Amino acid sequence: MKSNFTITCLCLFYIFTLFSCEKLFPEAPLADSVMDAPLDGLTELQNRIFLDGAEEFDEVYTQETGLGPIFVGASCASCHNADNRGTLSTILTRFGQIDSTGNKFMHLGGPQLQHFALPGYDVEKIPSGASSSKLIAPIISGTGFIELVPESDILAMSDPNDSNNDGISGTINWNQIPNWVKPNDNSITKDGKYICRFGRKAGTYNLHQQIVQAFNQDIGITTTFMPNNPINYLTGTNPAVDSDIDITDESLNATVFYTQVLQTPFQRNALDPEVIKGKEIFNSIQCSACHVEKLKTGFSVVDALSFKEFYPYSDLLLHDMGSELNDNYTEGSALTSEWRTAPLWGLGLAKDVQGGKYFLMHDGRARSIEEAILLHKGEGLNSSDKFKTLQDSEKNQLIKFLESL
Amino acid sequence: MGLFLTSIYISYSQNNQITSNVNDSTKTNMDAVYNRPFLNINKSPVAIGGYVEANTNYSTTDGINDGFHFQMRRFTLFFASSISNRIKFISEIEFEDGTKEINIENALVDIEFHPLLNLRSGILFNPIGAFNQNHDGPRWDFVDRPIVSTEIIPSTLSSVGMGLHGKYFAGRWIFAYEAYLTNGLSDKLISNELNRSSFAEAKHDEDRFESSFSGRPLMNGKIAIRNRKYGEIGISVLHGIYNKYLKDGTFIDQKRSASILALDFSTSVFNNHINIIGEFAKSYIDLPDNYLPNYGSQQFGFYTDISYTMLQKKIFNWENAKLNIGLRTDYVDFNLDKKPADNQKIGDYIWSFTPSIAFRPNGSTVLRLNYKHLRQTDFENNPASLTGILMFGLSSYF
Repeated sequence: MKSNFTITCLCLFYIFTLFSCEKLFPEAPLADSVMDAPLDGLTELQNRIFLDGAEEFDEVYTQETGLGPIFVGASCASCHNADNRGTLSTILTRFGQIDSTGNKFMHLGGPQLQHFALPGYDVEKIPSGASSSKLIAPIISGTGFIELVPESDILAMSDPNDSNNDGISGTINWNQIPNWVKPNDNSITKDGKYICRFGRKAGTYNLHQQIVQAFNQDIGITTTFMPNNPINYLTGTNPAVDSDIDITDESLNATVFYTQVLQTPFQRNALDPEVIKGKEIFNSIQCSACHVEKLKTGFSVVDALSFKEFYPYSDLLLHDMGSELNDNYTEGSALTSEWRTAPLWGLGLAKDVQGGKYFLMHDGRARSIEEAILLHKGEGLNSSDKFKTLQDSEKNQLIKFLESL
Repeated sequence: MGLFLTSIYISYSQNNQITSNVNDSTKTNMDAVYNRPFLNINKSPVAIGGYVEANTNYSTTDGINDGFHFQMRRFTLFFASSISNRIKFISEIEFEDGTKEINIENALVDIEFHPLLNLRSGILFNPIGAFNQNHDGPRWDFVDRPIVSTEIIPSTLSSVGMGLHGKYFAGRWIFAYEAYLTNGLSDKLISNELNRSSFAEAKHDEDRFESSFSGRPLMNGKIAIRNRKYGEIGISVLHGIYNKYLKDGTFIDQKRSASILALDFSTSVFNNHINIIGEFAKSYIDLPDNYLPNYGSQQFGFYTDISYTMLQKKIFNWENAKLNIGLRTDYVDFNLDKKPADNQKIGDYIWSFTPSIAFRPNGSTVLRLNYKHLRQTDFENNPASLTGILMFGLSSYF
């Protein structure tokens, strides 16, 4: 009896210890080190739609659920890992447009290369004569805020003729939008073209357009807006393609809503004196002329998004970045050497999703922040030249600031 | 009732406290299908048996708690019959997660011509590794199945087929072999919702009991050697085509093969107080060029269980009850390839450690408390996702 009592006590003690020891269960990462959480202040219904959208975002599609037949990735999350940026492993290629007259290779599968194919299908190849650009998937987090920046604010930041003589122009990508994209009320147009802001070339109007196109061109998922699968025109002999709609409007809308209400990346260590000093250097060498610290949203039916200041470090405008970054590919009215100012928020978290390394700039060619800065030519040349003149300690402070974003 | 039940064990050892047939000197892992308790009703030629597995589950991944759940993992029924002295039938029907999955895992006839030459035909467990044939819940001190034995070796993998098996006894030694042709794996190996090469998905094919997905048979064989004193070691291989390359006589793709090579072992030391068992498996997959390296062309994994019997005595009035402590180590690498961009090893691997306390009131029943700590990296080898799972479970033959 004594040994039975001892055994019972030992087992109960073990069970009690396991259940009471919180250390056994991994703690959540700090809120400022993740990007896939919803905004604070959403209603319960909004949280529910957010979670529905998160499921869609993470869903891995298969042939049975609509994948392909040619595609870039099998899910949204495969390229936008944890709503952060992509890597060289998930890089995509666009081809076929060199000026504002449009893409001349749409009939040959432009603008995007689908370099994966279901077994039995041929992968797409870049058509002869088409120039191309490789693009790493950007951060998803915070894009809902970017979508709500009033067009008038973007227009006000633009300076296409460099009227203030600071060497930085900043132009808008005026682009046509598909007929299934519903423009905002009172949207500003020029020659039937709209102010676009999403994508590396700022060629896309809003998140709805971005996600419909991404479903179709990245995953081969059809929607009521783009009901046809991408086809490999070069082989000319693709088997019949099932063009049933792969996801419902409800699922699509949930995915769009998910991206709209993701929190923005948070700055970390903002009060660190080194970070504060780095920010001063950032401003003094005029990085902030394009990487504008603060923007403000307009009205949104989602209270948590409406009229909010946020800190993307971008002006959402196109800037000439020089010949080294000119891939001879573009979208909309952007020149081939022009790129939208990349938001710097989340820069310090890039390594957490890129295998402990940096793969920066549009195609991941920069393996460090310093290298990325030095790749800034064209309108960025003045700042990168000033960076070169900084003392090592100042460079480190600047990089520390950038890594805090 | 007018009936009385006679408990018979076709072949079952009361000492068989954990895993495999470590303590049974005449059996190998291949015999696990018969090495179970059965009941005969009067003079009925059919014996029945089964087991049940249920547990609690409380898990947290990176601070996100999944809540507290009760899980009814398996309810399994066995039916066996000795048709004649050397012709046997055995079957196993499994209900997983309630009625979420109902499978005939096993329904076969064995005809013995000679101990070295037995013909087996029907739905059979593919002899790959040891766990696949020796997976009954009550045998194990761990609630979860080994990761390598579910993800690389897709336990429980059973297929329709036929082949030969046999044993040869030489003093302390037992040599055994199995060689079967069965229906094969499906292209879910690469067309699945896991976005990686997955044998666990490849076993899913609704038509697998009437046709082989590729139109070609899966070849599967195993050789095992057992020393009655030291334990058992087995080497097994499985190879087949997993894609549909021919349709209506027309080639629609090239043949793509998949193979698994496995090594299993079990031993017992300190007068059977410490049992050690493990399984290593490596898989090779012929992938379409554009699936590389995102999908693994090679995978590797292993597990080892070490179990120590702390007490073996009368406990709570159960004669010969046992209290075991144990530790399982799991490792599975889903992609052994390298990233072309920087020639660095792809991540996509899992480490897991599971300490266990198991109480066995008799040879057929186990109560087990497990804590599982699991670290999983993604493709890019980013900081691992951490999971802690606390499970308390019961499993028993009946």
